[in-house]
Amino acid sequence: MAETKKIATRESFGLALCELAKEHDDIVVLDADLAAATKTEIFKKAYPDRFFDCGIAEGNMIGVAAGLAAAGKVPFAASFAMFATGRAYEQVRNSVGYPHLNVKIAGSHAGISVGEDGATHQCCEDIALMRTIPGMVILNPADHYEMIEAVKASYAYKGPVYIRLGRLAIESFNDPDNGYRFEIGKGITLEEGDDVTVIATGLVVYEALKAVRALKEKGINARLINMHTIKPIDKDIIIKAAKETGKIITIEEHNIIGGLGEAVAAVTAENAPVPVYRIGVEDTFGHSGPAVGLLAEFGLDAAGLEKKISELLNK
Amino acid sequence: MDTSEILELKKTACNVRLWTIEGVFHAKSGHPGGSLSAADLMTYLYFKEMNVDPKNPDDPKRDRFVLSKGHCCPALYATLALKGFFPTEEIKSLRHIGAMLQGHPDMKHTPGIDMSSGSLGQGISAACGMALAAKLSEDDYRVYTMLGDGECEEGQVWEAAMFASHYKLDNLTAIVDFNGLQIDGTVDEVAGLSDIDKKFESFGFEVIKIDGHDFEQIENAINKAKTVKGKPVVIIASTIKGKGVSYMENQVGWHGKAPNAEQYQTAVDELNAQLKALEA
Repeated sequence: MAETKKIATRESFGLALCELAKEHDDIVVLDADLAAATKTEIFKKAYPDRFFDCGIAEGNMIGVAAGLAAAGKVPFAASFAMFATGRAYEQVRNSVGYPHLNVKIAGSHAGISVGEDGATHQCCEDIALMRTIPGMVILNPADHYEMIEAVKASYAYKGPVYIRLGRLAIESFNDPDNGYRFEIGKGITLEEGDDVTVIATGLVVYEALKAVRALKEKGINARLINMHTIKPIDKDIIIKAAKETGKIITIEEHNIIGGLGEAVAAVTAENAPVPVYRIGVEDTFGHSGPAVGLLAEFGLDAAGLEKKISELLNK
Repeated sequence: MDTSEILELKKTACNVRLWTIEGVFHAKSGHPGGSLSAADLMTYLYFKEMNVDPKNPDDPKRDRFVLSKGHCCPALYATLALKGFFPTEEIKSLRHIGAMLQGHPDMKHTPGIDMSSGSLGQGISAACGMALAAKLSEDDYRVYTMLGDGECEEGQVWEAAMFASHYKLDNLTAIVDFNGLQIDGTVDEVAGLSDIDKKFESFGFEVIKIDGHDFEQIENAINKAKTVKGKPVVIIASTIKGKGVSYMENQVGWHGKAPNAEQYQTAVDELNAQLKALEA
């Protein structure tokens, strides 16, 4: 595959906010002293009057966002995934989720690909936490183009949305000029195949794509679905895949407890029972190291995924 | 405010207390103590100060009230019902299955509730967001939020205080219902929230201390708050927990329990006697 320009989805997020803000003056952006890292600084520079740093006080930031939304604004509140969904979990649940307010929460530096900062900052629990909040939409875009579309869609949707952003620069493989369309709750089939279905989400979708294409060369026809929306999950595409391929493998840069894999398994268990194997962070904490090295160590790069998928198919 | 106006407010506050007792009694649970201590402050805000219209509860230009100490909603429900936001009959099904009036405020289902609240420390942050929204839209509505004194032990209150001061939210008035008691005992015994006025002052607030049961003092404080520019205001209102029902006054035990039938009758009789005295 031809490699394209690499860009981190956090940066795409910052750029998308600026684009949206041109058309919508109700957009307000909040951050908790991490604007340079979450890339809301791009918005801050373009729209300083609509950017509010809340300082290192994430609980208050989420509450302020709730109040802004209650008064008709559309706030995007950003921090690291660890703090936006972890430290401020109860504020998100009670001040945003319960009143179903129109707040968009962006959690950057999600997963182990945070890299050198290590376990305290590598949030592999954010999807699990946000999934438990009734009415919360969870988006986990896989590349630059998908992030741009996800931010637009989250604005158009009236209600709470959690958007997961990555730190690591990754290839942009979705092509809006070649049929790519984003819709909340609709998975995207990237590769057709009937031997097995691989469902991936977020930063590791591109790695899964490389792995699936390598397996095709070896005669294994895997279907690949990019599940950019974890909630509401696309039941139809999962049930169809279960019935047509008989086996599902999920891939996520998140604890296998509470993430994509369990969301998929719940759908198959109730509608079309087939084996579902979860590839992800196996109920452990991360540690320091370069992001690319960590992805390889955790078996979440293309080579590791190819190997693991082959093993699971031979089970 | 002339004496007849004060008299009317006192009568309304007495009715707010009666309906508070009614609600908690029918719910067989709830928080009468802090509701009764806050009744005069809520009465003043809704019947004298705030620009709100029961027929148009979602008017974007209205003043807002966020009950950060959400557990004291029996008094807020009574106030809103008497103001005409919904029938007083609703109060009798407070906390029941299928009822509109939830155990803590629910903005989605109760007309007049500006923010869902109840998890302590969170309401003041939402109030900051509303005040900021008003500044952004150049609207002149004001935002009021009421905190409990025990609630001020929550770290989020001080995060919000820092924010309100940093962004010069002079359209925000916080009111601390300082009744001195919390679930586990007096505020001093439990956590020692000493010099709360100095704490808020050091966070950049204009601080006004009043007797929270004196309507003239309440009026002066609310009016003074409106003249303060460039910083938020906090009114520290000294109150009596359980105010108006003799056996509940200053009793820790009446933070969160309902009166039995006999106690209910005593409370209603006492409050009716107060009302009769005001009407005489």
